[in-house]
Amino acid sequence: MNLLDHFNYYVVITLMMVGFYIIMARNNLVKKVIGLNIFQAAVILMYVTMGRVHDGTAPILADGPDVVYSNPLPQVLMLTAIVVGVATTALGLALVVRIQENYGTIEEDEIRALEDAS
Amino acid sequence: MSAETATDFSAHLPALAVMVPLMTAPLVVIFRNSKVAFGLSLAAAWSVFGMILKTLMLTLEHGGWVYELGGWKAPIGIVYNVDTVAAFVMLIVSGIGALVLSYAPMSVAREIPENRQTLFYSAFLLAMTGLLGMTITGDAFNVFVFLEISSLASYTLVAMGSSRNGFTAAYRYLIMGAIGGTFILIGIGLMYMMTGTLNMADLAERLPEVAHTRTIMASFAFVIVGAGLKLALWPMHTWLPNAYTYAPSVASAFISATGTKVMVYVMLRFVFGIYGTEFAFTELSLGLPFAVLGLGGIYAASTAAIFQTNFKRLLAYSSVGQIGYIVLGMSLATVGGLAAAILHLFNHAIMKAGLFMAAGHINHQVGSVRLADLEGIGRKMPITMGLIAIGGAGLIGVPLTVGFVSKWVLISALAEQDLWWVVGLALASSLLAVAYIWRFVEVAWIREPAPALEHVTEVPFWLWGPTAVMMTLSIVFGVWGAGTTEVAMEAARILLGVAA
Repeated sequence: MNLLDHFNYYVVITLMMVGFYIIMARNNLVKKVIGLNIFQAAVILMYVTMGRVHDGTAPILADGPDVVYSNPLPQVLMLTAIVVGVATTALGLALVVRIQENYGTIEEDEIRALEDAS
Repeated sequence: MSAETATDFSAHLPALAVMVPLMTAPLVVIFRNSKVAFGLSLAAAWSVFGMILKTLMLTLEHGGWVYELGGWKAPIGIVYNVDTVAAFVMLIVSGIGALVLSYAPMSVAREIPENRQTLFYSAFLLAMTGLLGMTITGDAFNVFVFLEISSLASYTLVAMGSSRNGFTAAYRYLIMGAIGGTFILIGIGLMYMMTGTLNMADLAERLPEVAHTRTIMASFAFVIVGAGLKLALWPMHTWLPNAYTYAPSVASAFISATGTKVMVYVMLRFVFGIYGTEFAFTELSLGLPFAVLGLGGIYAASTAAIFQTNFKRLLAYSSVGQIGYIVLGMSLATVGGLAAAILHLFNHAIMKAGLFMAAGHINHQVGSVRLADLEGIGRKMPITMGLIAIGGAGLIGVPLTVGFVSKWVLISALAEQDLWWVVGLALASSLLAVAYIWRFVEVAWIREPAPALEHVTEVPFWLWGPTAVMMTLSIVFGVWGAGTTEVAMEAARILLGVAA
């Protein structure tokens, strides 16, 4: 078994951890949303990778009886997941805008200090 | 009920129950009038409740059936698994949704700006759609889609509160919720990788062959942690108290009663319906961690509730504690334990919806739910306080309330397994509930009314009426506990695959 066989999965795990770390460690609310996006992108890559069939081509009907196709289902599922991700990002950023309007900052520690003060 | 009755109209009811609120939600926005919006939402919610009541009766009479959406057969199409458990949980969601909506107009008028009221009703219906769909669907990926529909709508509902803290609460809820949802998605993906199917029945069939692979164990971990985050399993509950505290009263009543409960059900479905009891409890011994987290949640969150200075936050912490009882029941993996979990799901939903609605009364009249502002409120709002007392008695587990019935079933299930020290801990934890309820009672009744509350009066009937119905139900199902217990037992047998 070649280590490079699982190249995509190493990328998936790296991206996932990078995204997760940003969500937990960053103080800036916009950066947290970016982290969430990276985290979700990793999952999308994971699904698309698992649908890949060795020597398979894009799942578009081609001539010839021995054409091997990749599995299109995970790709279709990920269309839905992308929509969900976009909606989550939009809502998250909309909330950040309202937080900025109401608190005058988007740094979490400063917001927490303001909340404790009130 | 199978192929020959598929043309029968009543076979379509579960699908219709998901479609009606989904279709009404955009319709409500088109009219841009809060009265029309309220009327449409109310009609939708009560009709959904009717459909599900009928569905539940059919499943009790004939057993469940598989509904094929659009007539597409299982591996290709998406199916709905209609059975007693799903119908029971849907009944909770739609019943609470309909009652909370009946109470909504005055509370919404007070707490939400005029131009956003239609959007509020729309988001409410979407949250309901997601919760109903998540419950009934027989397709693992579909669970994720409905989960996100309900979650996105819930974040919006929380953010509509009148204080600025609502925005930060919604933001934190969104981050935690999105992580939980994505974890479930990863878990589903890993299962699909090993089995090549997303249909729950097929998954349950094919998983045992590959159950020993690390992929399936990883997928199990992702699903449990993701669902645990979403159902506020202690110590992953940190998003919950603020979200419930700063949401508008109507939204807190609905989300607190249904959101976490449906996630409990999804977890039950995945653990017992897909992975199987043997894999989850014998091989991976999920029982012990669940029992520890359940008991930890009961004690930590109930203790935290005692020290809260805000009535809604007190109720929110109490919710985390009550989820502990449900998880404790699940950890047993016996018919009795599961029945206790499902029963408490129902009973706690009624009590907490009623209590949050009553907190809405106070907010409506006083404009605050901080305990410091509520000294002596009991003498000014006797009906509201009476209702809170009934709900509080339920949380403690006083006989003749629903809380007693679910505690009784839970404790008999624990005793069946000879876990006497857990019985002792579960009983002793009721004292913590006494302490936090007493804290409110002491402020509201024993102290002299504060001068600021001089002109506070009781809320009008349109507010206290629905709350009173909810609390009456909590007594009705407390006295007539045998009926709900029997349904819960039946549901537990279906989940465990045990014959009656």
